Amino acid sequence: MPHDGHDHDHQAVPSDPALRVKALETLLTEKGLVDPAALDEIVDTYEHRVGPRNGARVVAKAWSDPAYLERLRTDATAAIAELGYEGRQGEHMVIAENTDTVHNMVVCTLCSCYPWSVLGLPPVWYKSDAYRSRAVIDPRGVLADFGIRLSDEIEVRVWDSTAETRYLVIPQRPAGTEGLAEDQLADLVTRDSMIGTGVALSPAEAGR
Amino acid sequence: MPSDTRRAVPAPVPMPERPFEEPWQAQAFAMAVHLSETGLFTWAEWTETFGTVLSMARTAGRPVDGAAYWEHWVTALEMLLAARGEAEKPALEALKEAWAEAYRTTPHGTPVRLGAS
Repeated sequence: MPHDGHDHDHQAVPSDPALRVKALETLLTEKGLVDPAALDEIVDTYEHRVGPRNGARVVAKAWSDPAYLERLRTDATAAIAELGYEGRQGEHMVIAENTDTVHNMVVCTLCSCYPWSVLGLPPVWYKSDAYRSRAVIDPRGVLADFGIRLSDEIEVRVWDSTAETRYLVIPQRPAGTEGLAEDQLADLVTRDSMIGTGVALSPAEAGR
Repeated sequence: MPSDTRRAVPAPVPMPERPFEEPWQAQAFAMAVHLSETGLFTWAEWTETFGTVLSMARTAGRPVDGAAYWEHWVTALEMLLAARGEAEKPALEALKEAWAEAYRTTPHGTPVRLGAS
C-alpha cells in the first residue's frame, strides 16, 4: 500500500483511481444502488474462497468418473454446479478436453472473461495485452513461452471466452496415476493446465 | 490487433496469486459484479463497455496491463453508470475532492469519513 509518511499529522491522500472508486461507492451507496456489505462479501469470496482448487476438483472427478465426464460434456454448467460451484452471472460453462491429438487453450480477446466459479479471478498474464493479442495469432509461440512444446501433429484449438460462455480445459490425465484417489488427482491439476497454458503435473512433480 | 505481436507473454507466476494489488481494485471489481447482480446492467453490457475502454486505450498507445487494467475498469464503470444517468461527472468530481479533503484533514489514527468538517 502507498504510505509514504510525509505527513505525520494527517493522512496520505489516496491515489487518483482510489479516490474515483471512493467517489463512485459513496454516490451509489447514497442512491441505494450499492450495499457496502454486499461489496465486502464479493471481495471476500474472490480473495479467499474461490480459486483453481474448485476446477481441480472438477477435473479430478472427470478423470475418475466416466459418468461425470459425460455429464460435463452434455451440460458443464449443471455438472459443475453438482460440486457446488455456480457462476455469478449465470454464464454458460463449456469444457474443452485435451486428447492425444488436440490441445485446447482459452483466452478472452475482448477483455478478461474467465470461469471465476472454477478458477477464481484471472492471473495478471491472462489479462495482459500480450496474451490476449497473441493467443489467437500464435498459440504455439505462447505455449512455448509457458514451456509447453507440442508436436506438430497436435492441433491447437483456441477458445475465446465471452460474457456468456466460459471454457474450462480438461487436461490429459498424467501417466502413472491409475491408483490415485480424486483428492490426490486434484493435486496434479494446476490452474494453467485448466487454461491450457500448462499440463497436469506428474505425481513426481507434485511431490507424491 | 496491434502490429507488435512478438512481445513475450510474461512468465507464468506460480499460484496462488493475489487477485488484487490494492483495495480500490477489489472495490471496483465488486461494484461491477454487484451492479450486474442487482440488474443495473448485464454482464454482457459490462464486458462490452470494458472491452471498448481497453481497446481505445490500446489504440491510443496507453498501457492496459497491471494497475492500468484496473484504472480502465474504473473508467468503464464510470462510463456505464453515466450512460444510465446514475453517476454524473460533476457529482463524482465533488465527491472525489471531498474524500481527498477528508484525508488531508483527518488526524492519523482516526477513521476517514466524509462530511466530518
